[in-house]
Amino acid sequence: MRKLTTPFIGLSAGMLFVAPWIINAAPYESTMGLVQKVFYFHFPAAILFLASAIICGIASLRFLFFKKPTADAWAVASAELGLLFGAMTLVTGPLWARKAWGVWWVWDPRLTMSLVLFLIFAAYAILRKYGGPGSDKLAAGMALFGMLNVPFIYVSVNIWRTLHPMTSVVPTLPTEFGIPLWFCFAAFTMLFVALLNLRATLALHEARVEALYLDEDEA
Amino acid sequence: MKLVEGMQRVQRPLRVAALAAVLSVVAHPAAIEGSQPQPPKEFVPVDDIPQGEQIPAINMVAAAYGFVWVAVLGYVWSIARRLKHVEGELSELESRRK
Amino acid sequence: MNDFFRVAWHVVRKDMTVEIRSKEILLTTLLFAVSVVLIFSFAIVREGRAPDDVAAGILWVAISFAGTLAMGRTFERERYNDTLRALLLAPADRPAIYAGKLLGLLLLLGLVEIMLVPLVALLFNAPIFAFPGMLIALLVAGTLGFAAVGTLFAAMLVRVRSRDTLLPVLLYPITVPVMICGVRGTAALFQATPDEPMARLWMGILVAWDVIFVTLALWTFEPVMTE
Repeated sequence: MRKLTTPFIGLSAGMLFVAPWIINAAPYESTMGLVQKVFYFHFPAAILFLASAIICGIASLRFLFFKKPTADAWAVASAELGLLFGAMTLVTGPLWARKAWGVWWVWDPRLTMSLVLFLIFAAYAILRKYGGPGSDKLAAGMALFGMLNVPFIYVSVNIWRTLHPMTSVVPTLPTEFGIPLWFCFAAFTMLFVALLNLRATLALHEARVEALYLDEDEA
Repeated sequence: MKLVEGMQRVQRPLRVAALAAVLSVVAHPAAIEGSQPQPPKEFVPVDDIPQGEQIPAINMVAAAYGFVWVAVLGYVWSIARRLKHVEGELSELESRRK
Repeated sequence: MNDFFRVAWHVVRKDMTVEIRSKEILLTTLLFAVSVVLIFSFAIVREGRAPDDVAAGILWVAISFAGTLAMGRTFERERYNDTLRALLLAPADRPAIYAGKLLGLLLLLGLVEIMLVPLVALLFNAPIFAFPGMLIALLVAGTLGFAAVGTLFAAMLVRVRSRDTLLPVLLYPITVPVMICGVRGTAALFQATPDEPMARLWMGILVAWDVIFVTLALWTFEPVMTE
């Protein structure tokens, strides 16, 4: 797995590097103009932010109910990536909003719950770091509750009709918007998978080191 | 010595001023639209851009892309560092066991 | 099923007996809630008058702060005497033990609310008798959703370091949906002209979150409390 990760990161970094040219070639949007181009990074980051919550929840489920110790490593990894991609979403979003809506932030359901999900990831990270022994199960329980927010965030814009563009925007995109979007999405997803892999490897190594130290203490 | 200190004393406000200038350009208050627009149902492409529109928006786009780059690079660096550390520890422990 | 309620009842009775003897948690929680209300009034009252529509927010903030205190304290008592392990060793369903702890906490918070709500209404001119049934339902459902997650987390935190600081950090983000529904529903009732359909709408969402939270908590209590 490790051998594949490095070229994966290289490829996605290369794709991210050429992304500005492809995005530059895309047409301007009629009402939002240039600032709409933030969308090509905002959307993939947001989708992967939600995906990491789901992966974290499912891994925690496997860890808690099916007693799979390795699943915990994947939960840790996806929670940390959730923080990373959540930060991207929450930074690019207001930058777009400041121009498109005139304000940095509105307390609409999707924005509020995204911020809450980010806080859940942050609390999860703090629990992992400072909880000490016995905190892994609690963290898994926390991840299960955090996962509940994802469907809510996803459908909220369609129910409440707020300022945020609806989910129907993406499938109806004209081709000239769609190509850069899916290009960026592919680059982000590959980056996500590679980083997830690396972080999970790190967590597994850490667990192994801890086990070896325990062995030494007993011997 | 005195001269260096004096230079530093001059440099600090200069640096603050430069930072403030950069920040004010990045956070340049874009013309606030009077009425809040309806949520867009779909994005419509357009060929001609209003002239006054582009300048403030480019800061936002640049800041957004810049942040994504910095975040990704920072994370990759941090993970590589931690991985190297743990792998060193792991190989050391395993060699000790033998 | 009968067994479930019997065990839960025993746990509630045990907690209540301890609490009635000492009254420690009830009194500290109540005093804390009143202090929170007081501090908020310092923060928002201008020229002797509070702005409109703040009563609901203050009420729920006080309930959630006081609730966290009560949860931490309930399980701290179990930890101090090492009785939680004994409780978990008992030949009883784990979910039933959870339900018992939750009910005990709800009773305690209910008592606090009985004194807190009239106080807030008095200080901030909130019409609590306009739709008393709806208000009670909102309070019960909101406290249930909050306490359901809180009981689970506080129980899990018993074994974890720095549990006192971690409980609010973990609990508040998770229970934000319940808090939003509670505040918005109560605010609709506390308006100058109470908006009952709006309160009913928020009540519906609140009940949905309650069902999800309680189910998930009952379901996860068993694996997370197994060593």
